[in-house]
Amino acid sequence: MGYTLAEKIIMRNTKRSSVTAGELLNVNVDKVMVHDIFAPFVVEKFREMGFEKVWNPDKIVFVYDHLVPTSFIEDFRHHKIADAFAAEQHIKAVHRADGVCHQLMPELRYVVPGQVVFGTDSHTTTYGAIGSFSTGIGYTEMAAIFGTGQLWIKVPPTLKFTIDGELPNGVYSKDIILRILGDIGADGGTYKALEFGGSTIKGLSISSRMTLSNMAVEAGAKVGLIEPDEKTFAFSGVEGSQFQDLKSDPDANYEKVFHYDASNFKPVVACPSNVDNISDVEALLGTKIDQGFIGSCTNGRFEDLEVAAKILKGRKIAPFTKLIVTPASRSIYAEAAKAGIIGILVEAGAIMNPPACGLCCGRSGGIVSDGERVIATNNRNFLGRMGSPKSEIFLASPATVAAAALEGKIVDPRKYL
Amino acid sequence: MKEAFKGRVWKLGDDIDTDIIIPTQFLALKTVEDMKKYAFNPLRPELAAQIQPGDIIVAGKNFGCGSSREQAPEILAALKISCIIAKSYARIFYRNAFNNGLLLLENNELYDCCREGDEVSVQLENSQVLLGEKSFEVASIPTDLLQMVEAGGLVPFMRKRNGK
Repeated sequence: MGYTLAEKIIMRNTKRSSVTAGELLNVNVDKVMVHDIFAPFVVEKFREMGFEKVWNPDKIVFVYDHLVPTSFIEDFRHHKIADAFAAEQHIKAVHRADGVCHQLMPELRYVVPGQVVFGTDSHTTTYGAIGSFSTGIGYTEMAAIFGTGQLWIKVPPTLKFTIDGELPNGVYSKDIILRILGDIGADGGTYKALEFGGSTIKGLSISSRMTLSNMAVEAGAKVGLIEPDEKTFAFSGVEGSQFQDLKSDPDANYEKVFHYDASNFKPVVACPSNVDNISDVEALLGTKIDQGFIGSCTNGRFEDLEVAAKILKGRKIAPFTKLIVTPASRSIYAEAAKAGIIGILVEAGAIMNPPACGLCCGRSGGIVSDGERVIATNNRNFLGRMGSPKSEIFLASPATVAAAALEGKIVDPRKYL
Repeated sequence: MKEAFKGRVWKLGDDIDTDIIIPTQFLALKTVEDMKKYAFNPLRPELAAQIQPGDIIVAGKNFGCGSSREQAPEILAALKISCIIAKSYARIFYRNAFNNGLLLLENNELYDCCREGDEVSVQLENSQVLLGEKSFEVASIPTDLLQMVEAGGLVPFMRKRNGK
């Protein structure tokens, strides 16, 4: 019998010749990420547990992104505690203003294919896009990893999504994942691995694949995996020949297999206030919008800014409408500036925010008030996520958000593409 | 961790969420001992006072769904529930439970075969749960995890490991 990609990565990590879904076992942690919000709690638990030295300072990455730039006087306390701990433990990887953790981890090659990675954030699933078994955990467990380098996991069963064919114009990986969430529901993947494959996925850029894996957790999934290929190896700067075991077997034991024909996908929107409340853009035409948001670890990458610029070039966003743009990392920001994309967005009326979590986690940079309606490229539209519980959040692709900002209402982005 | 133990069954249904286990309004209470009196309050307010040390909760699917509050497994551990046997668990609750010293077992059939008040016998060594003459298989739990449950959870387990 064959194995799924999740099982293959776990077998590689544990050096076992077979594993079975449902089995509990210990994995050797290849890398961990802690962001600024939880850093003080991890440090506190680490000390409470009686540890003195971290198991391996080179495998720990601190990213300050939720509280960057600081918005409240107390915010800096988090950075001070993490800075002091990093200095004491000789942790060199500390990113103080370089971007969102889930963008930086793969971009800076802290995570490469085949690794087992944990982060103190639910969207750690993002790195599944480069074939890493990665997921979010609590701060108590992170403290234990800091001390031991190990964590127990349950081998998850896998739901396979095979998507073949060419995506229609104006349809992106965000539309694919929103549609899947609508089909399986917000708990449809609880404790499971989602595995995305097929010719459509092969054709997607690494950035687009990251959007899929990022939102796997919105179905309750533990990981959202994509088989690494030549694109992945080039992105991660690794030799592909060393990762040939990272392929799911044709006779792998999948809990369920879903087939999609890419030509049937359309631009869609997740309506307030659940990620699985999916509607075709066509059914929402004319819905008034007060603010657009393009950014986050879901859709704040170069290609996302590029498509927005394509739509906004030489145009102005609607009067009384705001458009917040937040590149996912400093290097994406610099690259987009060099390519003239930032200039186009700013001239169209966009407000540029620094590369960080900001508005996506409702902490800073465009907090909304009662009655305001936002259309955004991030991953959660829960009640009050971006400010007032009396505001409404719609989730969509960068193209759909840019087109909506242009007209001040939800429109079909395909007319601009 | 005792390799074998018996307990009286309290039977709960599907989708017992963390708000049922401990409603938000009681999370501000100072100690877990104060909080544990309100376990399952929205569903069965009398239950917490009736639960005796060593009792076993048998439940349906998706036990512990909802928020990530670690107080949910903490108060069940404080009530000295010896284990929960459910059809399935929500992911975050599952991890939080073991980290707070609460043993969780999974079995799909027991729920439909047992009644509240029945006595079941758990045999960890051979991964069996016995109800009268009937036996039910549960997935085995690695020794490391059992030792953690025995130590009372992840923090004390690590302290012990570190000789503190």
